[in-house]
Amino acid sequence: MKQLNDLDRKIINVLQSGFPLSKEPFAEVAGQMGIDEAELISRLQHLLENKILSRFGPMYDAQKMGGAFSLVAMKVPQQDFEKVTEVVNSYSEVAHNYQRDNVFNMWFVIATETPQQIAEVNRDIEQRSGLKTYNFPKLAEYYVGLQLPV
Amino acid sequence: MATPHGKQEPASGYRFTLDKTDRKLIQATQSGLPLVSRPYDDIASQLGISADEVIERMQKMLQFGIIRRIAAVPNHYALGYKANGMTVWDVPDARIDELGKQIGELEFVSHCYHRPRCLPDWPYNLFAMVHAHTREEAQSKAGIIAGLLGDACSRHDVLFSTRILKKTGMRLLP
Repeated sequence: MKQLNDLDRKIINVLQSGFPLSKEPFAEVAGQMGIDEAELISRLQHLLENKILSRFGPMYDAQKMGGAFSLVAMKVPQQDFEKVTEVVNSYSEVAHNYQRDNVFNMWFVIATETPQQIAEVNRDIEQRSGLKTYNFPKLAEYYVGLQLPV
Repeated sequence: MATPHGKQEPASGYRFTLDKTDRKLIQATQSGLPLVSRPYDDIASQLGISADEVIERMQKMLQFGIIRRIAAVPNHYALGYKANGMTVWDVPDARIDELGKQIGELEFVSHCYHRPRCLPDWPYNLFAMVHAHTREEAQSKAGIIAGLLGDACSRHDVLFSTRILKKTGMRLLP
């Protein structure tokens, strides 16, 4: 775990919950925290460069913009795992891919412009890997967005 | 479609359509905000519009949920949350919305979805992502979910990630 000082923690906790839409938003947040704007910006830069923060800015909901998403799983035999990983990762539509400790050992997210393209990518992966893909599109969303205390 | 808790869904039937400027604005900001004193002015000058217009457009996208929020996203792993457990639950479809909302409100759950079962291989329809420092801690959090679901859940599993095979930031379509 990377070392964080108290100010870093405070900045992360404050900025996880939101950032204002105003002319000088850094000055506004810094003022609330009792530090100066330049210090906030430089700490933030440091946290991003060191990958303690993975992103800072607006988080868009692509589905609301007309895109389509699905979570897809595969049961990949151990000896084929690297080969199948290469096939799946070769699609620009595949955004994330995780290995998990289950019979369903590969889980990835496909993001495309239309729902039909999800099916096309899945079919293509099945043809190239010789394995079945299991499609788990979201039917309802109960919560997205984690704010972990640090 | 259920609405994420705590958000106001705009009046039904009224759909927000992104215009060309909105799309340019999305492209200019999806990898992050500029770290300068007046970030919206900076974006405005890239787009050839005023900062007021940038702020107004982003406010509208926030209101319609196209922007979930403007915030910092921590790298969970770097912060010591190394156990990423996908907990999956088999609950009656008739009760899933009610139960899903309860689980989604737990502070350690980052994503909570209703997804289809894939019988006979996959009996689970409720997915809740749990982040913890260790697997033991994740299991104990799964225990809290199990307690909340009680008899409504007939079986569950926890799938830990063992390797990130790919992680490109989700790029939105222009």
